[in-house]
Amino acid sequence: MKIVVLIKQVPDTAEERRLDPGTGRVDRQANDPVIDEITERALELALSVKDKDKSTEVAVLAMGPEETSKAIRKALSMGADSGIHILDPALAGADITLTAAALAAALKGAQADLIIAGNESTDGRAGIVPAMVAEHLGLPLLGALASAAIGAGTVSGERLNDAGTQRVSAPLPAMLTVTESFEEARFPNFKGIMGAKRKPVTTLSASGLGIATEPLSTVIDLEQRPPRTAGRKIIDEGDAAAQLVDFLVTQRLI
Amino acid sequence: MQNVVVLIELTHTGHVPASARGLLAVATRLGTPVAVTVSEIPLEASTVAALGELGAVTIHAAHGPSAHSILVAHLVDALDAAVTAHAPAAVLAASSVDGREAAGRLAVRTGAGVLVDVVDAHSIDGKITTTHSVFGGNYTVHAAVPGALPIITLRSGAIDEQAPAVTPEVLNIELAAPPGTVATIDSYSDAPENQARPELRGAATVVSGGRGLGSAENFVLVEQLADALGAAVGASRAAVDAGFISQTAQVGQTGVSVSPQLYVALGISGAIQHRAGMQTAKTIVAINQDEDAPIFEIADLGIVGDVFTVVPQAIELLNARR
Repeated sequence: MKIVVLIKQVPDTAEERRLDPGTGRVDRQANDPVIDEITERALELALSVKDKDKSTEVAVLAMGPEETSKAIRKALSMGADSGIHILDPALAGADITLTAAALAAALKGAQADLIIAGNESTDGRAGIVPAMVAEHLGLPLLGALASAAIGAGTVSGERLNDAGTQRVSAPLPAMLTVTESFEEARFPNFKGIMGAKRKPVTTLSASGLGIATEPLSTVIDLEQRPPRTAGRKIIDEGDAAAQLVDFLVTQRLI
Repeated sequence: MQNVVVLIELTHTGHVPASARGLLAVATRLGTPVAVTVSEIPLEASTVAALGELGAVTIHAAHGPSAHSILVAHLVDALDAAVTAHAPAAVLAASSVDGREAAGRLAVRTGAGVLVDVVDAHSIDGKITTTHSVFGGNYTVHAAVPGALPIITLRSGAIDEQAPAVTPEVLNIELAAPPGTVATIDSYSDAPENQARPELRGAATVVSGGRGLGSAENFVLVEQLADALGAAVGASRAAVDAGFISQTAQVGQTGVSVSPQLYVALGISGAIQHRAGMQTAKTIVAINQDEDAPIFEIADLGIVGDVFTVVPQAIELLNARR
């Protein structure tokens, strides 16, 4: 079986993240880029299939600037076999539509039995790219899974939505997205890090993929919210509960 | 007036979801709402009335026996047919798991643009502009798709507005088998509905608990304060990871984003990932034993103290006021 995992490099959520006021794009200089945790969990799921069946081939696919190659190398050091990097300065301002088209075009050549992604990234939080990729490829999608069983010809799992959970299944080839209910990713070991250097990474450009580079959506303007400031801080000396209730009354919150 | 197609995700038991109210309110602002529903049998009169109450002028009601056993595909087909039939100026769906998938597939199928996780939308001179709250509310961004049909996913609970009631016109349409291979729904297991407590998304008051509560048994204290305040219950990721409460209550970067009038954080340190989901609250109250907890940097009232002492006293005082 061949599994392709979509990974995304994002600004670290543990730091202040910024938008570039001129372009409305993520300011990539403002913080350290990391592999989005949810896509690491997606990779972990693929690697767990490979653990059980060594003939499984796991490739990672990422789109992003030059530095994205570090995220791909990390995925290779964790155990993925190969990488695909969509790298093109013309795609720097890609919106969701363009991103989905680029990823789908790269996947068309990858011949995957199963495509695994995270349910939503921590930066965009759109949670819509996997469904768009699945539509481009004409594949069924099991989105927002809490668990997955990957068989020879089918995939099934428990899907989480607002109303509860559903047992869902689809024939392969198919796509699935994982939620935080999945296992955290393994750490790369020394052997993995050394071996990653020899694993193949293919670089693809927009023209190579045969896609346009003009986004559909535009940012009209953006405004930064002033940071919140601390209010009153009291230390409980037996009357904090009374002060709390007084505060809620004065603020007309009760 | 231009049509606006709205996906209303009826539950498999035929209920109108909570998201319908805000979706139809925004659609009414932008034009004439055409609600799209998918159900096993033609809509019951009570469902039509409920949608009319929320402003659905037209209901494009697709029905067929496989409505609730095929995953998302029928929603996309019904939306696609409604776009062809009603030539809308925009399509709206909830930012729910199913809503996002249907919106994404529809955008690819029709060559439309997408505007996601929208907190507000307006039509100015016939041009639709959306408002987005980015990076935990640190930025407000306005966006548009000038050259294409905008498909908009609306953040749940972001719009507290209701359209005027109307008497809907119902167009009954039979579902065809979706093209290509599809995913199937083999069974449902619905979350128990808690009617007594408001839903976390869109709640006016939220009481959340964190690692400081120590155990699932102790987490009841959070629920008791929530009930005394008529609030929804939330939690930090640490509390969810520790198994104190289910993941659906998680507030933060990777959970629900809330913007209530009042947010009460109990035993929550206030890591940046938690703040990303609640820092747009109007008023924040925090109780934590650690006086250096980062939550105090953004709290309007910070109480350095033991939640197990302060909260029971506060519940008693609140209940005495009734």
